[in-house]
Amino acid sequence: MSDIAIHIEHLGKQYRIGKRETHRSLREALSDALAAPARAFSAAARHSPPGSADSIWALDDITFDVKGGEVVGIIGRNGSGKSTLLKILSRITLPTRGLADIYGRVGSLLEVGTGFHPELTGRENLYLNGAILGMKKAEIDRRFDEIVAFSEVEKFLDTPVKHYSSGMYMRLAFSVAAHLEPEILVVDEVLAVGDAAFQKKCLGKMGDVAKTGRTVLFVSHNMGAIAELCQRAILLDHGRIVEMGEVNGVVRAYLSSVAEKAESAAIAPPEVDKGVTLQRVAVYDDEMHNRSELDYRYPFRLRLDFNVTKPISQLSPWLSLTNQYGVVVFTTWIDYQQPYEPGHYTAVGVIPGQLLTPGSYYVSVGAEHYRVEAYHYAPQCLSFDIINTDPSFDGTLPGWGVIHPKLDWHIQGG
Amino acid sequence: MARVELSSAPVRIRPARGWAGINLREVWAYRELLFYLVWRDVQVRYKQTVIGVAWVVLQPLATAVIFSIIFGNFARMPSDHLPYAVFAMAGLTPWNFFSGALIRGSASLVANANLISKVYFPRLIVPAAGILSGLVDLAVVLVLLFFTMLFFRVVPGPAVLALPLILLITFGMGLGVSLWLSALNVQYRDVGYLTPVLAQMWMYATPVIYASSLIPEKWRWVYALNPMVGVIDGFRWAVLPGRPAPVAALAFSTAVMVILLVSGALFFRRMEDSFADVV
Repeated sequence: MSDIAIHIEHLGKQYRIGKRETHRSLREALSDALAAPARAFSAAARHSPPGSADSIWALDDITFDVKGGEVVGIIGRNGSGKSTLLKILSRITLPTRGLADIYGRVGSLLEVGTGFHPELTGRENLYLNGAILGMKKAEIDRRFDEIVAFSEVEKFLDTPVKHYSSGMYMRLAFSVAAHLEPEILVVDEVLAVGDAAFQKKCLGKMGDVAKTGRTVLFVSHNMGAIAELCQRAILLDHGRIVEMGEVNGVVRAYLSSVAEKAESAAIAPPEVDKGVTLQRVAVYDDEMHNRSELDYRYPFRLRLDFNVTKPISQLSPWLSLTNQYGVVVFTTWIDYQQPYEPGHYTAVGVIPGQLLTPGSYYVSVGAEHYRVEAYHYAPQCLSFDIINTDPSFDGTLPGWGVIHPKLDWHIQGG
Repeated sequence: MARVELSSAPVRIRPARGWAGINLREVWAYRELLFYLVWRDVQVRYKQTVIGVAWVVLQPLATAVIFSIIFGNFARMPSDHLPYAVFAMAGLTPWNFFSGALIRGSASLVANANLISKVYFPRLIVPAAGILSGLVDLAVVLVLLFFTMLFFRVVPGPAVLALPLILLITFGMGLGVSLWLSALNVQYRDVGYLTPVLAQMWMYATPVIYASSLIPEKWRWVYALNPMVGVIDGFRWAVLPGRPAPVAALAFSTAVMVILLVSGALFFRRMEDSFADVV
């Protein structure tokens, strides 16, 4: 047996426009069937013929190999085909063309808590979910205590999960998933659950998994996590591989592709409108001029526009900056758990001068009911540069650290 | 710590294969999941009810009482010289299992859409679990039937030994129809609305609450084209004493069951590849 774990060749997946096949009405199908019985029957099973105008290729001619024990990150914007790729590798859906060979037992984690039933207790759901994820009962029995301890919900094990807080629910769900032991692990954006402390724990667990020599394919929007866990990354755009190789280079390519350098950027509306819509982020210099290049020495402003369409009891909009290496420099609450009435809101914050090391930065914004519900999230939607204008400073980012603050030093002696 | 299960043969992922057989070995490999899905269905069905599993007994009991009063007392429906309650229950027991299988089985794929779009497993497990979960109710109702017969002093003859066979045919029939309907339901949601209506019409076309002897001799053969006639008459023959074995009807039912099961499995297999994209 070779040391290849996953071999993918010219893989392609076609969907009808709208991304999901819509179920047709029976009448439509019946009239088709009367017109041409054989054709309608095979069309119902096989969907539209390849190449027809009302279809798109969610994945197009993907070819790559993953070696055993390698941890590979898959990155790209929403709709770039990452999830489709994982679905094919998890055998949930079949490709339209091409092939993939997988050497080993695959465990896939496209969602945490799949199959959880609200009426069942934590303990019951743990077994059910384990079975759904492909664990044997003996395996779950053996690791039961470990899973429960990891989840931190011991006390509520015999309570139906419908009474759980969303945090507890997610912790239990992730804990089961984290104890899967396949040879090849395929993980979609599931680490973005729970509070910060639990996320960190999950990330640590993922790191452990990676270190045990298992092959991992990992999709995430968290570039820091990708850079930390993966050796290699693949950047997808419109279903094609645009960049593949050493992780830092690919992350950089992704970051510069997602955020056009601009002084302001409109944010795409959320998939599901939950009452809060982020609309636009913008950068201004000290004198309130719209700019995408900012002088290291002076303060500058970030502005977020958002709309609230129904009363929200506790809203926490936030903003975070990521540098060109995918490191999150900071995250800041724009407001924290405040009630909001419907209306249009504008938030402006000042970032002090002489703080950020010169380089490229990416702005991510979000609005959520903290630890309960995310209303809207726009990762890396705007980019700006901090320009080095300080004659005493000739550094580049990695060597000088994430920030290069001006501090008050009191020097005595002489 | 890692349980490494070195698989010599790779998993080969290829575009849709068209017509192919069901991989029964794989279904067997996923038997624990099947067990858990059945177990979940049974658990959930009577959670947060005050009397819980007693509903399994009460529902058919209430139906039998209502039917006994309306059809047995008022309509004086002939019941082959047996107490009408016993006669009706001996029809309702297999029928309720079958129609429950039909309704749960055909809705099963859509009801489990979240599983199908997130996890791989042989999809056949989903309708199979929907039907198997009805076995628990069936077992309880069989006990109820036993006590009812005891109460009316009706003692089954040696034909009772054929009961497992009859139940197997009922099960196969339910699964066969469910394979067709559940796969169609993914593509055409109309099926979800149609199935309960179908089940109801089918019941009146089957000797559940009346005796098949009610049908004029001339039309018997048309009537027997309904494959459930053989099943229900077969069940009555097995549990009630002194009835002739409906050999021809049962043989016909068995043949239809096999055809439904095989064609259903092939159709299901054919549609399976696109479930996750369509559901």
